[in-house]
Amino acid sequence: MKLKEVVKALGLEILVFPAPDLEVHDGYVSDLLSDVLAHAKPGELWLTHQRHLNVVAVAKLRELSGVIFVRGIRPGLDVLQKAREEGVNLFVSESDAFHTAGRLHRLLFP
Amino acid sequence: MISPAPLRHREIFPVAGLDLERAGTVSTEVQRVLRKLGVEPEVVRRAGIVCFEGEMNIVLYTPGGRIILLVYDDRVELIFSDQGPGIPDIELARQPGYSTAPNWARELGFGSGMGIPNMETNSDKLEIRSRPGEGTVIRAVILRRRNETEGSGEGPRP
Ligand SMILES: Nc1ncnc2c1ncn2[C@@H]1O[C@H](COP(=O)(O)OP(=O)(O)OP(=O)(O)O)[C@@H](O)[C@H]1O
Ligand SMILES: [Mg+2]
Repeated sequence: MKLKEVVKALGLEILVFPAPDLEVHDGYVSDLLSDVLAHAKPGELWLTHQRHLNVVAVAKLRELSGVIFVRGIRPGLDVLQKAREEGVNLFVSESDAFHTAGRLHRLLFP
Repeated sequence: MISPAPLRHREIFPVAGLDLERAGTVSTEVQRVLRKLGVEPEVVRRAGIVCFEGEMNIVLYTPGGRIILLVYDDRVELIFSDQGPGIPDIELARQPGYSTAPNWARELGFGSGMGIPNMETNSDKLEIRSRPGEGTVIRAVILRRRNETEGSGEGPRP
């Protein structure tokens, strides 16, 4: 499914969205950066509570389709700036990790 | 296994200890340099992850160090050196899940004990030398396989 359709269906707030046509096949939930580097797969949408600069670096290194900050967590301007430079998609979900992941799962695996 | 291929590029990146603001910038820069040199995408990918983990460990556990990037026709090497406390038990540090990360680092998502295992997974050879009280040197070798099909997310591991 195209990322822009996922964003619409989940009602995500858009922070940085340079690549709306990426394909999303799956998601990954983790707050551990090295765990994401080890186990998330390219193209997955990453749900996290972390909101510092290294989130952008990890998303880029692992070639994820984007990052969803859950529970209304918002990163600082430095993070948005870096994401723009690196071409990484960033979103906010007002609902918590469990409910955001649940809705994403239902959407991708109906 | 390692042939005397000519060195194409050599670059040194200093890494400041405990500077989490700038942490991660070397891996981004290393990937940029490798791409510009026409290094295969899968090698760029693996080198980026190896570099990030090595860089983060220098930032988290030492007062500082440096990363040397060496690009040969047949391989990419990353050499991490620091003047930190050293690793007393290297075999233990290589085990997935082993971590001495302080609480402030854990709150930022470090400390799963997956960094060195990730460096191992993404390189073809990983040498660790360390002396307590003096520092640590880690050498990662990533072989370039030219005729590998490119663009596929996960290349098959040899
Ligand atoms: N350069 C270093 N100097 C001193 N100790 C180190 C260094 N690099 C790693 N270590 C030690 O090895 C342990 C394991 O490192 P590793 O990168 O695998 O995991 P981590 O850094 O604890 O967690 P993660 O990388 O998953 O965030 C560290 O907790 C630390 O004790
Ligand atoms: Mg580490």
